[in-house]
Amino acid sequence: MDNSNMTITIDGQPVAAEPGMTILEAALAAGIYIPNLCHHPDLKPVGICRLCMVELDGRGLTLSCMTPVAEGMDVRTESPDIDKVRRVATELLIANHYPDCLACAKNDRCELQRIAAYVGVDQKGLERLRRTERRFEVDRSNPFFDYDPNQCVLCGICVRTCDEIVGVNALDYAFRGFQTVVSTFGNRPIAESTCVSCGECVVRCPVGALVPKDMPRPSREVKTICPYCGVGCSLYLGVRGRRVVSVRGDRESPVNQGRLCVKGRFGYEFVNHPERLTAPLVKRNGRFVEVSWDEALGVVAERLQGYRGDQFAAMASAKCTNEENYVIQKFVRRVMGTNNVDHCARLCHAPSVTGLVQSFGSGAMTYSIGEIQDAASIFAIGTNTTSAHPVLALEIKRAVRRGAQLIVANPKEIDLVRHACLFLQHRPGSDVALMMGMMRVIVDEGLEDKAFVAERCENFEAFRESLSAFGLDFVETTTGVPREKIVQAARIYATRKPGAIFYSMGITQHTHGTDNVLATSNLALLTGNVGRTSSGVNPLRGQNNVQGACDMGALPNVYPGYQKVSDPDVQAKFERAWDGPLSPNPGLALTEMFDAIDQGRLKALYLMGENPALSEADANHAREALEKLEFFVSQDIFLTESNRMAHVVLPAASFAEKDGTFTNTERRVQRVRRAIEPPGQAQPDWWIICQLARRMDVGGFDFSHPSEIMDEIARLTPSYGGISYNRLENGGLQWPCPSADHPGTRYLHAQRFNTPSGKGRFVPLQYRPPAEEVEPQYPLVLTTDRSLYHFHTSTMTRRVEGLEKLDGRELLRIHPDDAQRLGIADGDRVQVRSRRGRIEVQAQVTEICRPGVVSLTFHFWEAPTNVLTHAALDPVAKIPETKVCAVAVEKA
Amino acid sequence: MEDTRRLEAVFASFEGRQDELIAILQRVQAEFGYLPSEAMRRIARFVGVPESSVYAVATFYTQFRFTPIGRNHIMVCRGTSCHVRGAPRILEVLEKQLGIREGETTPDREYSLETVACIGACGLSPCIMVNKRVEARMSPRKVAQRFGKAAQGERT
Repeated sequence: MDNSNMTITIDGQPVAAEPGMTILEAALAAGIYIPNLCHHPDLKPVGICRLCMVELDGRGLTLSCMTPVAEGMDVRTESPDIDKVRRVATELLIANHYPDCLACAKNDRCELQRIAAYVGVDQKGLERLRRTERRFEVDRSNPFFDYDPNQCVLCGICVRTCDEIVGVNALDYAFRGFQTVVSTFGNRPIAESTCVSCGECVVRCPVGALVPKDMPRPSREVKTICPYCGVGCSLYLGVRGRRVVSVRGDRESPVNQGRLCVKGRFGYEFVNHPERLTAPLVKRNGRFVEVSWDEALGVVAERLQGYRGDQFAAMASAKCTNEENYVIQKFVRRVMGTNNVDHCARLCHAPSVTGLVQSFGSGAMTYSIGEIQDAASIFAIGTNTTSAHPVLALEIKRAVRRGAQLIVANPKEIDLVRHACLFLQHRPGSDVALMMGMMRVIVDEGLEDKAFVAERCENFEAFRESLSAFGLDFVETTTGVPREKIVQAARIYATRKPGAIFYSMGITQHTHGTDNVLATSNLALLTGNVGRTSSGVNPLRGQNNVQGACDMGALPNVYPGYQKVSDPDVQAKFERAWDGPLSPNPGLALTEMFDAIDQGRLKALYLMGENPALSEADANHAREALEKLEFFVSQDIFLTESNRMAHVVLPAASFAEKDGTFTNTERRVQRVRRAIEPPGQAQPDWWIICQLARRMDVGGFDFSHPSEIMDEIARLTPSYGGISYNRLENGGLQWPCPSADHPGTRYLHAQRFNTPSGKGRFVPLQYRPPAEEVEPQYPLVLTTDRSLYHFHTSTMTRRVEGLEKLDGRELLRIHPDDAQRLGIADGDRVQVRSRRGRIEVQAQVTEICRPGVVSLTFHFWEAPTNVLTHAALDPVAKIPETKVCAVAVEKA
Repeated sequence: MEDTRRLEAVFASFEGRQDELIAILQRVQAEFGYLPSEAMRRIARFVGVPESSVYAVATFYTQFRFTPIGRNHIMVCRGTSCHVRGAPRILEVLEKQLGIREGETTPDREYSLETVACIGACGLSPCIMVNKRVEARMSPRKVAQRFGKAAQGERT
């Protein structure tokens, strides 16, 4: 097709158009209004409302939304014939429409009103048509929006959104003719359907049929970044008075293109929650007492003086900004003289860093969210993407719609399986065997990318030898996956290029997490699926800023930008920059801190926005350790299960109340903006740390705004060298961005890998079983997963009433075969026991688990799952094996 | 479990293609007498289409029903001849006596009530059909006697 622009004529006006556009699109782009109702720029045209009729040279009436432009077209948007069609179509729509415009939430933003006003509706015409009105009950079952079928114009935008964009298909047309209605399966209330409450249909509904509940119009909007997962969706917070009252997706954002999930769109209520901490608290006689900042900071500064060195540790936070993580690691290193700083990345993607650094030289997602749609095959292993990274999952589904073949490997039949061409339901912990089995097939069948392996990789021979242990008999028995499926998966991934691998906690949270990660990188290297667009190995980061917190050196062995603390040159560089001595000894990993406290080596702890009492594996142990601390300070936005044990709790500002930056899973540094004032005396985390440092008489903490902190980060961190607030005003930048004129990096390893030799390194692997295996006393495998409606320990999401309504309790998922054997019925209370603890929960009997495997989330303090989990660590990454432990289940 | 087995027996003669959907719905309805929700869910998985689409297709055709049929299946003729001779009134009385609306089944599954366009027995109008037997020249009084609360009381 000719790609040059063309010109068409609309009502005598020349209008520029691009090939592939429809007449309607060309007209709207040129600012010419043609009435339309079923058209939406994000959706394929369907031509059902008949309103956008135009007259085309010699061809009579035609639907402008369905007709592609052609050079020289002569279009007329007004004529008696057009008017007749439009008028009838409009009158028919209004005749069946509930007429209470002023009381409608969509009043003055309604497309039907706009059309009626444009066409000019005739009262007589309406009366002639008005017939028995249909009356439907309004569906108010969803906590965030209402569905009023009486207002519906059957344009189908919601149906098509749920299909084309969300891929959930909760809605469709039901019944026929005059009875037609947009309906869920079985005409059940929306809350009982497969709806995921993302609200994408609500934002697109042109009339008042789907409207948000209680969303007053804001007086101003502030652009910022979502505080939940690592996808980093850009959004506008609507503010009215001093409160956040609405959220709107940013359509310009390359990350989410306006789309949001239920948490991002509706989960902001926690910001305004009455339980927010509003004053510093100091514990006296076992009770918290409100004190002034001056007093609280005085107490903390004075006590911390006594714990300088390795008896002090801090947990930074993947929820906080880059600037705050930078400041706290600087505080730990420069003021407290230790490298004991870590954060919850230890519990999620530590193996991605240790593994991918070995093979690629860099531990981050290798490509960008925007490239997903062009992948030809996608291998998603150990990621429940639609729950944990919902907006990124939309891109995976889009790729499938565009022809990609999706292979899902997961012990549970997750929602993504519906979109997959192949589902491998392997046993928890058998990932290395599964992937090595696939690689064995690839090598045996000669499907590897020989040129890529020869030119860009090293250590292939040793790796190839390690494959000999992975014959398909062994792989089949170890993984529980039929060999034909393993062969098929290997062929699809090796031959349909570009192929992308996505993984998350299902890969990392194992005692062999690093090996699992290496298996993914081996697989990508073997097939040449790295260093190219739409391919690569893509660890999906969990928290909004876990990538950034790692980048900022909130890790015990590296300074910002992964510069090793044990490297004397690096040490000298930071000693010069921070003007003081620094420790060359790597500090304790977060998971080691609890043992250190237990043994009395660690006496004081500073907690910034973390909740280890719920998130740690073997949580009882962590909780006991926290109680032993001589001095325990926490800064947070709420009191949590952890900081109730603290001596001092400092009130922090939430994401909506501070400036800063978050770095998302695709390495994109994005600006977070202050929308409202923090409640009471709460202050941003960076401010609190800087105040403390100043009280402890250490220089280098005189920042007046986070942008100054970013300037210091850029000076000391090569991959952030070109990043500044000025540049970030125009959208995010993906690191590496080494200089002020560098545009940022879309995908990594294009020319060379970051390894010392510049080559991708194959790593030979052996299969190692999980640390804890089933035995007669504990016959079931427990694996942990996430709910779409909650985040991590739910400190934020459980303070959002609607999310709590949609998912308010823990459920043990168990296969019908296991349930039957144990005499457990759906909905029964059951006790789950492991060697370390027991909890009581409700059972849900479901075929999504494979027999022998049960699953729990860890969002609910009433049923703290991590009391059960095993704290056995990966020897390299020091991540606990929260994905596999042996349990017994019985009726409570 | 028994239902699952019956359903699987139906699936056995199909491949699970999308274009088999209507044929499967018909066979399942023949097996169960209606389309149970759980069956439609499993059909959706079997042919690989969303549940909502299966429901959309099933509701589009009047041949499919979503409630079980009663032991006595009553069809009220609404053809032209029956209509002019009082079919609407007969339907009204039936609905009142049975305590259900058109398209529904009594909770004890004794009766289900439907309307049809024309039975083809216009000479006998107004008529109804009970379990494939035509009952001729109905009147509100006759149906009240036959299906009234008293008649139902005798049955129990």
